[in-house]
Parts: sequence; C-alpha cells; structure tokens
Amino acid sequence: MYNEKVMEVFKNPQHMGEVENYNAIGTVGNETCGDIMQITMRIENGIIEDAKFKTFGCAAAVASSSTATGMIIGKSIEDALKLTNKEVITELEGLPPQKIHCSVLAEDAIRAAIDDYQKRVGSK
Amino acid sequence: MKNIYLDNAATTPLSEKAFEAMKPYFTDVFGNANSQHAFGREAAKAVADARQTIAECIGAKPSEIYFTSCGTEADNWALKGIASQLKDKGKHIVTSVIEHPAIHTACKQLEKYGWEITYLPVDGQGFVSARDLENALREDTVLVSIMYANNEIGTVQPIGELCEIAHKHGVLFHTDAVQATGAIKYDVKELGVDLLSMSAHKFYGPKGMGALYVRNGLRIEKLLAGGEQERAHRGGTTNTAGAVGMAVALKDAVDHMEENAKYVGGLRDRFVSKVLERIDDIYYNGAKDNSKRLYNNANFSFRYIEGESILFSLDLAGICASSGSACSSGSLEPSRTLLAIGVPIGTAHGSIRFTFGKNNTVEDVDYTVDELVKTVEKLRAMSPLYKKN
Repeated sequence: MYNEKVMEVFKNPQHMGEVENYNAIGTVGNETCGDIMQITMRIENGIIEDAKFKTFGCAAAVASSSTATGMIIGKSIEDALKLTNKEVITELEGLPPQKIHCSVLAEDAIRAAIDDYQKRVGSK
Repeated sequence: MKNIYLDNAATTPLSEKAFEAMKPYFTDVFGNANSQHAFGREAAKAVADARQTIAECIGAKPSEIYFTSCGTEADNWALKGIASQLKDKGKHIVTSVIEHPAIHTACKQLEKYGWEITYLPVDGQGFVSARDLENALREDTVLVSIMYANNEIGTVQPIGELCEIAHKHGVLFHTDAVQATGAIKYDVKELGVDLLSMSAHKFYGPKGMGALYVRNGLRIEKLLAGGEQERAHRGGTTNTAGAVGMAVALKDAVDHMEENAKYVGGLRDRFVSKVLERIDDIYYNGAKDNSKRLYNNANFSFRYIEGESILFSLDLAGICASSGSACSSGSLEPSRTLLAIGVPIGTAHGSIRFTFGKNNTVEDVDYTVDELVKTVEKLRAMSPLYKKN
C-alpha cells in the first residue's frame, strides 16, 4: 500500500529524537487514535537551527514526521508556518488516502512547536 | 533475504498432496457434478468421496456436509438460514463480542432487518462464560453462535458445555470452527452442535472452499438460491477440485494432528518464552493455559509503539506477521477482540499476531525473535510515549 519512497523513509528515518536544549516543543495526536507526534526545535533569531521528531504511529506517520522535520530545518519561522501537508505528501511521492491525516498531523506538530516557542519568548 | 511466513491463521499454503489430488479435476475430469452423463458422474463421484472423507474426519454423516465457497459463506448461511427458517419462533440471536467479521458483520446485517442480537462479553483471556450465555437466552432466542477458537488470540471455547446450555433451553447452536478445524480433534456428535463452519485454506487446503455441517433433520433456509446442487440446499456449480483438495487436506491434518500440534506448538512455545524473556513492557494476549489455546497462535501487545510500524519493520526483515490493529485497513478502531479482553485502547494499537505453521523452523523462530527485539528497540527509541529508565 505504501510507495517505495515512504518505505525508504520509514526504514531510515532522519532527524529522529529530541533536540538538546530545545526551546520549542509541540505534541499532537493521541494514543487512542494510534498517532502521537512530538517535534522539538532549537530556534535562534527566528531561524529553526535544528528540529527532531518522535512518533508513535504507523509507517506513514513516521515517514511524514521525518520528512516534515527535514523540510523546516534552516527555515525561518514564517516559512516553516507556510509548510502544508500537501508539500509533505509531494515530498513522499504520495500517501494512501486513509493516511493523509498523518501528514496533517506533521503540519500540526510543527505549528504547535512554533506556537510553544512564541509563547516562551512572549511574542504571543 | 529471508522470507518467513508467520501468518498461518490468515491462510496456509496448499499442500502438495492436496494440489496433486486436485489437478485432474481442473482439466480431465471437468464435468459438472450435477450432469447426468459420464463426465458429470465422474465428477459427482469425486465430490461424494470428498464429502464422505470430510464427514468421517469430524464424526458426521456425508448427508450433513454442505460445500460452500468459503468459511464466510458457511457462517452467513448458518446465521441467516436459521434466522429465516425460525423467524416465526423469534428474532433473537446470541453470539460473542469476539467473533470473526463473518459472524459479526452478518449479525449487524440481521439487526438492520429486525433481529435482536446479544453480544456476550468475554473474560481477560477471551472465554465466554456459561452463566452469561444462560442468562442471555430468552423465549424468542433461535440460535447461539460462538466461535470454536478465536482467530486473533487463539482462545478455544468450551463448545460442548456452551452447546449443552443452549440445548437445555431448546435453542440451536452453531460454531464457527474455521480456526479449530484441522488443529483440534473434535466430533460433532460429541460436541452436540447443530451447525458448524469450516474453511479449507486454514488447513493447507485450497482457497475458495468451505463447508457447513448441518445436523440431519435440521431445516435451514438456503442462502444461495439456485439449482439442485448440494441436495437443493445451495445453488452454484460444485467446485469439484476444491472439494477434493479440501478432503485430502483435512484427512492429512486429522491423521497428523498430534505430531503437528507437537511440532508447531513447540515452535510457538519457544517463540513466546524467548519474547517474554527478552522484551519488557509487553502483554501476552489470550488464554494462558496452552490446552485451551490454538497451538499455532501467539499474540503480543507491545507498549509505547504502534502495530502497523512493527509489522512493516518486520516485513522489511522478511518476516510476515499480522497486526492486531485494524489501523492498516484505514479504520482507527483497534481490534474488537483485544478491547474485549481488556487491552487498553492505546496498547491494543501495538499488537501483533504470529501464527506458526508446519513449514516453519526453529531457525525461523530464533531469527524472528532477534529481529523483533531490534524492531521494538528502534520504534521505542522513536516513541514519545517511551521513557527509558
């Protein structure tokens, strides 16, 4: 059901873990639905210097979080907020219809982490 | 690349013996078993012999065996056929919460048509209680349908005892014996059941072949209306090759039941003890007493990680098992059976079923344990729920 790209990313996920001394953390999803995503970031001067993920979920959830995390490293907060789940799906060369929500979850996790950062620095 | 099949409850490979026996009936002996001429008679003879063999294997008479296209058809026929036959007596059926979708979904369908269904709960190991069954029976109950052995957790129900309770109240009893047949020695007369379903591909027979045992004297409305096949009880041209293959496979399974149980059960036991020894924070789901559990079945819930990703990781290592979670089918609902035995919903998502077969080896078991340990470690390291001590 998954394409080769998704399986490849699932097999060798990048940016897995927690950023040391992170100043942004976002966790979305819940155990009941079978998907939880956590993204941690180190943001300096409005730029995401590093980001890492931890995921409880299916292969699509792991692949989506790995890919989305990779896509925002080095980006400004503004640009990272523009990342949509569609771009994550494009990068993964497609997801099965019933797994689209996994890419939405990745987008949500990024937003949640940035939201957390903005609360910490008082800009929100 | 390894290629280890640990999903024998899903299906088994067709045995060489059954395959060889089936071959002539695809080509040379192609007649319609219902035709009166020589071609037809030769096919009919093969079907009759197959029916005889299958009947002998389960203690039935040949006239009590009806061939179907699969186990699901047999289950649907038993439920809907009896419901329809006895609709003037009552519209209440008793079943359990852990039935296979072939029963569960058919019950849901009957509910839509005005039948009332009681879904009996099970205990932490998957057993239906005799007292619950007795309490559920009513004046208008027409049928009890309880599976013989569960497809996910392998729990074997005390069918004889449950059947006796139903009969005491004048209620018919059906059992879905799709997982049990070929694995457990039973005699329909000793069990006392009125109807029993089986499926050939679960015991190294062909796919597309099942059977329903219907006790002599019991009237049942047909599911497939058609010609005079199966003594006018089930329309549709008889699958001669399928019947022949099913009979050979069942005979083989029954003849070698003890040695298969010993060999395959030994592999399962080795697997279970190694997994429990090497992986923390797991639950072994289903019956703890091996004499009340299918010998091929092991089912684990791995905390903090999700079933589908475990399954795909194992698949990448050449191991084919099955997820206790329905996540991969697009539903967010985890297994009805696991929830029924009290596995917490989050943990139920992280469940895997391993079902062994006679083609597996000790090496398969040891390799799988090693790969499973690696997989669980890797996915836990990735999980936001897992906090290493």
